[in-house]
Amino acid sequence: MSFDQATVNMIMVGIWETIYMVFVSSAISYLLGIPLGIILVVTDKKGIHPIPVLNAVLGIIINLLRSVPFLILLVAVLPFTRMVVGTTLGARAVIVPLVIAAAPYVARMVESSLKEVDAGVIEAAKSMGADTLQIVWKVLLPESRPSLLIGAAISITTILGYSAMAGFVGGGGLGTIAINYGYYRYQTDMMLITVAILVIIVQIIQEAGMRMSKAGDRRIR
Amino acid sequence: MSEEPIIRIEHLSKIFDTANGKVKALEDINLSIEKGEIFGIIGLSGAGKSTLVRCINYLEIPTAGEVFFEGRSLKSMSEKEQRKTRQSMGMIFQQFNLLAQRNVVRNVCFPLEIAGVDKNAARKRAEELLELVGLKDRMEAYPAQLSGGQKQRVAIARAIATNPKLLLCDEATSALDPNTTKSILNLLKDINRRFGITVIVITHEMAVIEAICDRVAIIDQSHIAESGSVSEIFAEPKSKIGRQLILGDAVRHEEFGNSRKIRIIFDGRSSFEPVIANMILSCRLPVNIIYASTKDIGGTACGQMVIQLPEEEADAERLLSYLRVKKVTFEEVKNDEF
Repeated sequence: MSFDQATVNMIMVGIWETIYMVFVSSAISYLLGIPLGIILVVTDKKGIHPIPVLNAVLGIIINLLRSVPFLILLVAVLPFTRMVVGTTLGARAVIVPLVIAAAPYVARMVESSLKEVDAGVIEAAKSMGADTLQIVWKVLLPESRPSLLIGAAISITTILGYSAMAGFVGGGGLGTIAINYGYYRYQTDMMLITVAILVIIVQIIQEAGMRMSKAGDRRIR
Repeated sequence: MSEEPIIRIEHLSKIFDTANGKVKALEDINLSIEKGEIFGIIGLSGAGKSTLVRCINYLEIPTAGEVFFEGRSLKSMSEKEQRKTRQSMGMIFQQFNLLAQRNVVRNVCFPLEIAGVDKNAARKRAEELLELVGLKDRMEAYPAQLSGGQKQRVAIARAIATNPKLLLCDEATSALDPNTTKSILNLLKDINRRFGITVIVITHEMAVIEAICDRVAIIDQSHIAESGSVSEIFAEPKSKIGRQLILGDAVRHEEFGNSRKIRIIFDGRSSFEPVIANMILSCRLPVNIIYASTKDIGGTACGQMVIQLPEEEADAERLLSYLRVKKVTFEEVKNDEF
């Protein structure tokens, strides 16, 4: 098969749709996941402000959402997706299930990053009379920044993987191209090209995350 | 007592609920710490001293009893008032606990930010304090680039940034080498004298208490074993733990049994030289003095002394070789010969 202009355009649109889906859903997932992660850490029974009941309930909800296979979630939330964005097709529609799947994942990533902050430093902040909000804002988040950035790289690449799966339900982006041409029409070269592009995007995101993390980390050097 | 103590602890107890049941960390602690003094709390690890210092600023809430700061009970305060009160009590730690992602000057600004001090004023105050602790030239450095002693200096600057009345030091020198420890202790003493900040020092090292404290409490197995002025306690520790901490290894009980004896002959060496005492101190071994008859005749020692050596042959040999090196005349004595 030769690569005419139409094919190239289609791939370009696919790349754009994929990037759009991944970054919008990552942004929304972080908007939800950071507060959830903070709540998980703060309300833990050894946290700065223990609320064991809230912590347990939130933990269970997150675990439930995380245990549903993404492909099933994708189909199960179709009515909800239609309600929110008015359609179940295309990149915009896929953002809904992507966020539902990714936000709890992000919450756990954020939780684990925040838990890395040295308890002694938190104690020092308490000894200065810091309240919970000040500890979160001035200690937990800035001190865990390098770890949060690595977590973000992992989360975003995971969301990228999910977005490719969305191709099965007409989600648009590179995943759809890979499935429609590569899988259904046996066009192996199309399959390989889309996969190669996905690999490159993953590499870029991962590398960017690691570099930003390292560049901003004052513990080394 | 004329003035209200800065800290008064009354019948304080702390019990921790752990997976292995209840653990008594402190029981019926009573202490008064006066304004302007340096007060030491010493004990072995696990004695409860770290818990006690955290009860003073209510980082740990006592199970029973009360803590009064300048006559006000922390128990009666709301959480907000407790946080406000903590701004009057600085704290430094064994592991320094600096913010790793903030440079030195921003670390010192940190408590001022929490207290709501204006940014420029905070920066100015931080610079003054870094000058005081001798780190003005490292203002832009990050904690990872500093030595242990430098980190503790930053922590001290940070702890006194809000002009606290009290400085709590939790094993502040335990992670430092002896020379750095000395300089940090001098800094604490200087801060105490210069600003009149009361200092509470938690340590397991007697040398720290000896160096800077006015009064000391010895804590053992969740109780205060004894307390008083450092000079009194050092001169005559009454509790078992006090004797153990102060006299330490000096209290060694040696059994001599039927070991070797030697006769030392003082034949005109200077009586100003304490031969036997020097030998014991430099060999760190005890001897058993059995018989002595010496006289000081015009500045020279004359006479003899019979001492018994430790049973351990290696120890006995060390003492003998010391005497040989010092050219002290001696001879071996058989039983009942003297």
